[in-house]
Amino acid sequence: FSLSLLKYYQVKQNGFTASPQCSNENIFNHNALILFQLFINNEWHDAVSGKTFPTINPTTGEIICHVAEADRADVEKAVKAAQNAFKLGSPWRRMDASHRGLLLSRLADAIERDAAYLAELETLDNGKPYAVSYSVDIPNVVKCLRYYAGWADKWEGKTIPIDGNFFCYTRHEPIGVCGQIIPWNFPLLMQAWKLGPALATGNTVVMKVAEQTPLTALYVASLIKEVGFPEGVVNILSGMGPTAGAAIASHMDIDKVAFTGSTEVGHLIQQASGSSNLKKVTLELGGKSPNIILSDANLEDAVEQSHFALFFNQGQCCCAGSRTFVQADIYDEFVERSVVRANRRVVGNPFDLKTEQGPQIDEEQFNKILGYIGSGKREGAKLMCGGGVAADKGYFIQPTVFGNVQDNMTIAQEEIFGPVMQILKFETLEEVVSRANDTKYGLAAAVFTKDIDKAHYVSNTLRAGTVWVNCYDVFGAQAPFGGYKASGNGRELGEYGLDNYTEVKTVKRSEWCINYMYMYVMHHGKTRNMSS
Amino acid sequence: MLVFHFQKDGPSLYPMRSSSVGHLAINPGRSLKSQSQICWKNPTDAGKSTTDPPHPHTHTYIHAHTHTTHTHTHIGMTSSKIEMPGEVKSDPAALMASLQLMPAPVPNPEIKYTKIFINNEWQDSVSGKVFPTYNPATGEQIIEVQEADKADVDKAVQAARLAFSLGSVWRTMDASERGRLLSKLADLVERDSVYLATIESLNSGKPFLPTLFVDLQGTIKTLRYFAGYADKIHGSTIPMDGQFLTFTRYEPIGVCGQIIPWNFPLMMTAWKLGPALACGNTIVLKPAEQTPLTCLYIAALIKEAGFPPGVVNILPGFGPTAGAAMAAHKGIDKVAFTGSTEVGKVIQETAGKTNLKRVTLELGGKSPNIIFADSDLDLAVEQAHQGVFFNAGQCCTAGSRIYVEEPIYDEFVKRSVERAKRKIVGSPFDPTTEQGPQISREQQNRVLEFVQSGISEGAKLECGGKALGLKGFYVEPTVFSNVTDDMRIAREEIFGPVQQIMKFKTIEEVIERANNSDYGLAAAVFTNDINKAITVSTAMQAGTVWINCYNAMSSQCPFGGYKMSGNGRELGEIGLKEYSEVKTITMKMVTKNS
Repeated sequence: FSLSLLKYYQVKQNGFTASPQCSNENIFNHNALILFQLFINNEWHDAVSGKTFPTINPTTGEIICHVAEADRADVEKAVKAAQNAFKLGSPWRRMDASHRGLLLSRLADAIERDAAYLAELETLDNGKPYAVSYSVDIPNVVKCLRYYAGWADKWEGKTIPIDGNFFCYTRHEPIGVCGQIIPWNFPLLMQAWKLGPALATGNTVVMKVAEQTPLTALYVASLIKEVGFPEGVVNILSGMGPTAGAAIASHMDIDKVAFTGSTEVGHLIQQASGSSNLKKVTLELGGKSPNIILSDANLEDAVEQSHFALFFNQGQCCCAGSRTFVQADIYDEFVERSVVRANRRVVGNPFDLKTEQGPQIDEEQFNKILGYIGSGKREGAKLMCGGGVAADKGYFIQPTVFGNVQDNMTIAQEEIFGPVMQILKFETLEEVVSRANDTKYGLAAAVFTKDIDKAHYVSNTLRAGTVWVNCYDVFGAQAPFGGYKASGNGRELGEYGLDNYTEVKTVKRSEWCINYMYMYVMHHGKTRNMSS
Repeated sequence: MLVFHFQKDGPSLYPMRSSSVGHLAINPGRSLKSQSQICWKNPTDAGKSTTDPPHPHTHTYIHAHTHTTHTHTHIGMTSSKIEMPGEVKSDPAALMASLQLMPAPVPNPEIKYTKIFINNEWQDSVSGKVFPTYNPATGEQIIEVQEADKADVDKAVQAARLAFSLGSVWRTMDASERGRLLSKLADLVERDSVYLATIESLNSGKPFLPTLFVDLQGTIKTLRYFAGYADKIHGSTIPMDGQFLTFTRYEPIGVCGQIIPWNFPLMMTAWKLGPALACGNTIVLKPAEQTPLTCLYIAALIKEAGFPPGVVNILPGFGPTAGAAMAAHKGIDKVAFTGSTEVGKVIQETAGKTNLKRVTLELGGKSPNIIFADSDLDLAVEQAHQGVFFNAGQCCTAGSRIYVEEPIYDEFVKRSVERAKRKIVGSPFDPTTEQGPQISREQQNRVLEFVQSGISEGAKLECGGKALGLKGFYVEPTVFSNVTDDMRIAREEIFGPVQQIMKFKTIEEVIERANNSDYGLAAAVFTNDINKAITVSTAMQAGTVWINCYNAMSSQCPFGGYKMSGNGRELGEIGLKEYSEVKTITMKMVTKNS
């Protein structure tokens, strides 16, 4: 244990003395460093098997520390705890909705209080630039939790003017025990997207965090306990997909599973639900999102936004604008400017505040991306810049731009999840809409134009869950997000996000008059006559 | 849940919450406690002592914190039911033990804010005038407060208009940030809740503990509730005919005048501020002249929370001057008033005569409370008692017409009289006090005059009926039986501790009689028959109907009146509509697809 700490400290010493936000001493002394275990029932547990796994700093490829590795038996324990927390009469079930909101709000406050620490830990474990963790990820986590805190006592059922003498109303009830499996690209933010609506609506949670990035989620677990969530309401397990994740997806006592990750695994989750207990499934999966630049667009802005759309977070965004369609008359200039911009991109130590791009998450992704770059070259796309490894240690890849990309190339069809930009050419609106929609994905899309009619035409025609007009990657806790087609099922965020965590119960009750009539009819023995 | 009564859901520490109130035999007399004990400067009762003067803005516990109370304070006073330690204390020893853990008022509270709050600054009145504010428990003056009049209203409106101008900090602020400010304000009220409850008690005469557990909680929860709504006020996109894109925006109305009453000074402030600020309006607010002190303290917290200057302006003053100036002001886009029906009519008329400002009104009531013979009689007696006597009868929702089904009428009257006689009237700072003074000499006299009319019109005075004590504005808990619908005490709002009990025979009859009123604020029905409950509750012409409970209110549930009890609704999602203008935007499109 102390070895891990030491390692942690050394990594900090060797790699990131540049961090001005948080001294090493500060990290070292922080009360958080007990958190390499599984969080079940507001307590810390070793894995039943006793196994641990290393979590790696992608900047150096070195081990940060070892974390308990959950498997089926641990999932079993966590589900028991979550069921117990959800049983009738439990503190969580009897709690006022407004108090659930208050707890979520206090969780947001605690995360805000520890923002610098969490941002540093996120960067250490994930490799994203500290400046981004601190100014994008954490504030959005806080806002998301506050947003759902407010919903807790506003998720109203209805009274319904049903035909006949009946009184009809609906109640919005929690589904029960929710399994939540989250990815490594935005570890904290995805955790908040999952916890916010699930807890606001009164569910209990068994969450598996990505094996690449377990540290911040486990720290948040300690805050969940600190702010006063009852035992068993949130259980957080670090572990692998094929073991712990699969155990969640096929568990007979988990009522709902929410997964964010690859489309490939999304298929498995939905299948596991079908072959087990038909648990409700929501999925937020991959994408190959089109970003359409019309020739009347503000070019400077379009180039910068398109660059951001693809390269943000090292290209590791499910909504990355990875098919940039540019109208023919501005195509060459757009490519040229995009290359200039990509060449200017600062790749380096994520704790350096000037850094725009850190390492990819792990060796597997690193190799996969390099493989895609190779396929692009082989299939005849024109490599305009980058294409190689950017540092002699860690998983850094040069910002890469391909021109002359055709729709049938692998790099134009598959999700690369790396800093590799594909620029395609089009002539007409009808053509580009048809090509943009010709994909199994449908997560996001964007259009850049000054023409309001064209903007409407494209945004209404694209088959995608989110369309940005003259902007990209604009998110708000208030606005729903999710995919058409193979990009997912259901929506997260916004009021819509509450639907995925709610069972609607319809209650119908006979009223005075109809009862009276029944009695009359019964008394006169007419029931049988009428029904026969 | 914000519950006005404390029998079921109130904090268990509160001594009057039990419906089996036998333990109050500790102090069985309903005679006023000796005047020497009505002393807010010495809030702790004889037999207990505070050693050190506590810090003014912290919860003060008379004994050392146990683990349980520590948890309690850590979570804050907003804890749900599950956080409340202990259960009903049914024996005197347990009760006394629990009393010792209760928060005590702040001794000798300093009153810092007595000026007019405009543009986040404290200002003297333009006229230089001040007015005294009193402690109704003693009739003595507490302090003098700056008196706003028309010229001050003009200044405040100017500040509010500027804060609302296009491009201002407030207009360009994210909705979620407005929510954040409201949430911060709730936190600050929570931080200072013991101090605020002390001042509220001092200035309005309501007992300290219910003030802390009901009024302050209601205030905090209302602010938090609307904080959460700020970024959830959704417009819609509308599938209109033709090639158009139509969407709606909920926009703030503008400068809102808000005039609030003296019976729940803090809570009414929160009911008004919460939705108005969540929607993005700016505010000119006038607290009642009887109770300006806590509202002015809230002004200081508004500034501390970080609301931009001019967003909220608070002007202590009188109705006929400052209030009238607000109602008539052409720079005010909307006025919300809570108070008497008489003044409500004047406000609406004034809006008609000036700029057609939007008007919402929350006015008087004469709410029926219908008790069927099949109801749980203990529950019904206690709830009916609380329904009318809560807050010394000074509730617009007071269940002041109690209709009891004939077979149980005599028993109900008997038990109600027993309950009223047991009611402890005394110093607001005595923790066992259930009923404090009326707000003013004027109100005290008005209540006593109603009692006289009851007697002279032939109702049977079962108990009470007189003023109480030498100082202060106390009225004995009073019960009338054999009341008939045509008597003044059965038709007019008394706003005092006077219970009218009537008799009925059939459900049809009682529905008709209950609805035969100018008012329509609230109603209640007590029965174990679900069909009677539904039939009565759907037939009542009232904005709120309680079934087997009374005064159960909470920020999530809309509240307001049918008929002459008001216009519009406060609280709940619907409360936001009263502070929004809906804008429909329709845009021509070149194509259409589903």
